[in-house]
Amino acid sequence: MKLIKGIPVIDQGNQLGFWGGKFGGNFVPETLKKPIEDLEILFNKLKKDKKFITERDRYFENWVGAPTRFIKLENLTNYIGGAQIWSKVVSDANGGAHKIYNATVHCLLAKRSGKKIICGDTGAGYAGKMLSMAAKKFGLKCKIFMGAKDIARQQPNVKAMKKNGAEVIPVYSGSQTLVDAVSECMRFWVANCDTTAMCVGSTVGPAVFVRICGWSTSQISRELKVQLIEEFGSIPKKLKLYNCVGGGSSSFGFWNEFMDYDKKQVEFIGVEAGGPAKSKKHAAPLTYGSKIGILHGAAQYVNQNSDGQIEETESISAGLDYPGISPLHCFLKDTKRARYTAASDEEALSAFKLVTKFEDLRPSLEPSHAFFVALKEAKKLSKDTVVVVNSCGDAYKDRGILEQRLGKKYVKSN
Amino acid sequence: MLNPISAAFKKAKTENRPALLTYTVAGDSSKKQSLDILKSISKNADILELGVPHNTPVADGSQIQTSAYRAIKKGIKINDIFRIVRDFKRFDKNKPIILMGYYNMIFQYGDNNFLKKCKNSGVNGLIVVDLPWPENKDFAKKCRKKSIYFIQLLSPTTTSKRLKKIIQNSHPMNYFISMLSTTGGKLKVSPRQILKNYNRIKKINPKKEIVIGFGITEKTIGKLKSADGLVVGSAICKEITRSLDSRQNPVTNVSKLVKKLKNKIK
Ligand SMILES: Cc1ncc(COP(=O)(O)O)c(C=O)c1O
Repeated sequence: MKLIKGIPVIDQGNQLGFWGGKFGGNFVPETLKKPIEDLEILFNKLKKDKKFITERDRYFENWVGAPTRFIKLENLTNYIGGAQIWSKVVSDANGGAHKIYNATVHCLLAKRSGKKIICGDTGAGYAGKMLSMAAKKFGLKCKIFMGAKDIARQQPNVKAMKKNGAEVIPVYSGSQTLVDAVSECMRFWVANCDTTAMCVGSTVGPAVFVRICGWSTSQISRELKVQLIEEFGSIPKKLKLYNCVGGGSSSFGFWNEFMDYDKKQVEFIGVEAGGPAKSKKHAAPLTYGSKIGILHGAAQYVNQNSDGQIEETESISAGLDYPGISPLHCFLKDTKRARYTAASDEEALSAFKLVTKFEDLRPSLEPSHAFFVALKEAKKLSKDTVVVVNSCGDAYKDRGILEQRLGKKYVKSN
Repeated sequence: MLNPISAAFKKAKTENRPALLTYTVAGDSSKKQSLDILKSISKNADILELGVPHNTPVADGSQIQTSAYRAIKKGIKINDIFRIVRDFKRFDKNKPIILMGYYNMIFQYGDNNFLKKCKNSGVNGLIVVDLPWPENKDFAKKCRKKSIYFIQLLSPTTTSKRLKKIIQNSHPMNYFISMLSTTGGKLKVSPRQILKNYNRIKKINPKKEIVIGFGITEKTIGKLKSADGLVVGSAICKEITRSLDSRQNPVTNVSKLVKKLKNKIK
């Protein structure tokens, strides 16, 4: 299995949509074959269309707010005493997380295809919130599927979706989290694909959704590349990019532009959710060696039992609480371009405490996982190493959990 | 020897009626009960579809999901399902059985291993909901080698060009999904429209048996009689749930329902 230089990773799948010959694909009911093919044709055309790219960039600049900041975390750097620690503050983006890029692009595509309704899944609630924002902006009706457990633990985002006029449909099956929300959203699409567009909230699902999402979030690394060159004059000789990985959309987008660099120069570190320290359940299929299986239309490493039933996961961060992982990351893992590890709930919380103690930055629980590993490793790294952590979400949505686990003083009013 | 599936269609044709196909979930609400249900409905059903329950079923509506989760909770495993088939075949060796499920479970078992077990236990056909054409080409070939029908799904969204290609390569039986829906949806298209779509597909190769499924109930089955076969699934799963909720015997209730269905198409 080999990564090819000079071709975007999203375009390295084969005819049937498999990366490395075995990750991804289209394991979908027959009814979805046609809508998926239509979306593929539309996307393949538009991604080469200069007018469309200009339109996208205009929305990214004027509405999403590009570029998001790239800042040095001076106090943390001094405290840790190893590598320089920087952050790409993607939570600056409109709505407070990277999910806005994919949501915007899907709404632009839906408009072009003449669809009036868009449906989407959400875990942490950011994908849903951003889709509701974009749908409102582009005049589309919006339906969001969300696990009942996540509705309870991510209320600020649920309120935002409703305020934007989206219908939030609770999902009570299975573990009542993201995995069930994606299933229910796909079922809705099966029944309504003639009138409705679907947005999958991460780089998961049938191949075209993986590609659209990766293409959209790559905005993050396009900005970062420019910012690095502005700051250092060139891409640093030792650069390490840390990102949390749920479905894998923010991490893929954070890395994409650096794919062709030697990994000795630009290393990618993906941090999965290890779950509660004492629990056997986790949401880290790459770290803990899960087997290849099929989930939501794509072959990927996924937590499952020997019969092929998908296993329940557990994580303090709803956004990472997913048993599978993007086929793109399976491909990056097996080609050894990226390295994957996990942080537990407790470790993420400890990193959140440390970051908020030293910096004016409040990463949500998802990027707190990445901060934990980055800070731990930075200690042992040389001062000329540049560590960048993608702070891809804001902690406002986590206020309930933070108050419960760490006490009132860790919660801000907004 | 003629595959029992083809024999069942032939028999129904001589009786001037469509074949009746039932769908129940293996292990719902227990291993024994699902076997008892199969035995009790076999005199009225022509072909028995047995669902392999999966916990992330992206094409199933609430009734079949309920049945599947119930069976999984009771601990059903793939090997139990093969045992149910084997035990049923000892009771009625000529009644065709089709397993219907999602590909991950077959993939984990291993294609070849799974098909060997199918053959040994007496499975006659397979429907894999999320393994569409052309992704299913290799698997369908392996099925053919074992004389197991791989049943292709066709949908109202399938383009004419695609229909032709799928049917050209298909085994003797295919399955037309009546409307855009997961299983168990309300019939939102008129039976007339469904039959119109059906006839268009049937014309491509009249020799292939094509059954209609999704949304068919006691109320609608009579209006679709001109098809080669009709599948009732969610209505049966719902009857099992209803029986359990009202502390009645699912076996006798399902058996009664299937008899009524049969009477509607005679
Ligand atoms: C802030 C934040 N980070 C990360 C994730 C994980 O998703 P992904 O891996 O697709 O970036 C989510 C998902 O909801 C999120 O809200």
